[in-house]
Amino acid sequence: MCESCGCGDNDLVPVEVQERILAANDRAAAHNREHFAAHGVLAINLMGSPGSGKTAVLEATARTLARGGRPPRIAALSGDLATDLDGERLRAAGIPARTITTGSACHLDAEMVHHALHHLEAPDYDLLFVENVGNLVCPAVYDLGQAFNVVALSVTEGEDKPVKYPVMFRKADLVLLTKVDLLPHLQFDLGRLLDGLRRVMPEALLLPMSARSGEGVEEWMGWLEGRRTALHAAEARA
Amino acid sequence: MHEYSIVRALIDRVAREAAEHRATAVRRVEVRVGELSGVESGLLATAYETFRERTICAGAELVIRPVAARWSCPRCSAEPAAGAMLRCPTCAVPLRLAAGDDLVLERIEMEVA
Repeated sequence: MCESCGCGDNDLVPVEVQERILAANDRAAAHNREHFAAHGVLAINLMGSPGSGKTAVLEATARTLARGGRPPRIAALSGDLATDLDGERLRAAGIPARTITTGSACHLDAEMVHHALHHLEAPDYDLLFVENVGNLVCPAVYDLGQAFNVVALSVTEGEDKPVKYPVMFRKADLVLLTKVDLLPHLQFDLGRLLDGLRRVMPEALLLPMSARSGEGVEEWMGWLEGRRTALHAAEARA
Repeated sequence: MHEYSIVRALIDRVAREAAEHRATAVRRVEVRVGELSGVESGLLATAYETFRERTICAGAELVIRPVAARWSCPRCSAEPAAGAMLRCPTCAVPLRLAAGDDLVLERIEMEVA
């Protein structure tokens, strides 16, 4: 009750909060990150537009690993609004995978990933891909607990995408330029893409690849291996 | 349209704070939204209008303070013009985001009986 003038009105109290609106998601992401660290798992958040080739990248990754009979052992979570189609493709490629059906949600959040991890039926794995919902906007806003963000951008989407979607590309640690086997059929200006990327992504890193022809797949495997080595070196120091 | 899920998180947070202070109503909610936060102020305001009904925020004004993106060199602190390459032309190192990725609940004004 107001005691200064006795008017009988309730007191208006200002409360300073200064906390991230997504603090609850950040806490869930930190929990996932601790889980990955405790199990030596490298977690990659794979984002990109619908049809950018995210699932095909993972299929090519599984094929290459199976051919070489080499580690890492991989698993995947796949976000989808309505279907298990990507999950089916991943399992057919030999990747233990669980679909996260998001309904109307346009992105995955850390709690969804946490829940799915508990239900992921996979033998021990040391590389986890989280294939996000196809979308160049919303997934960039939510930390999932991943170590790295990889964005798949297909050549048919156009060179202007980085400057049009700066939030997504700023968050990327690596951009995979997918479907480069289609380049002979397109007027695609790689220089323009790189120019745009350097204006939104401070340490611009672009890797051209084709899941179909196999071009660039070894370089992609090399990037992953480098990140795994760095992770294990950090663990050894800890 | 992730702005709806942002608003849900915002109202949950405000409700918790209001309960802690035994507030009878919330009058004003102030947030800071960075240009590179991935959240569109207009969409956030629309989502807030839709979701605040029948919550503690029903009578609360949402005040959005936009923050422009600002990049700077970690070595020489130079700040290039908006839209420039994100590499310092002098030091040749990647720039760092100095401001503009915030998505923060700053302040709440509530009525306490």
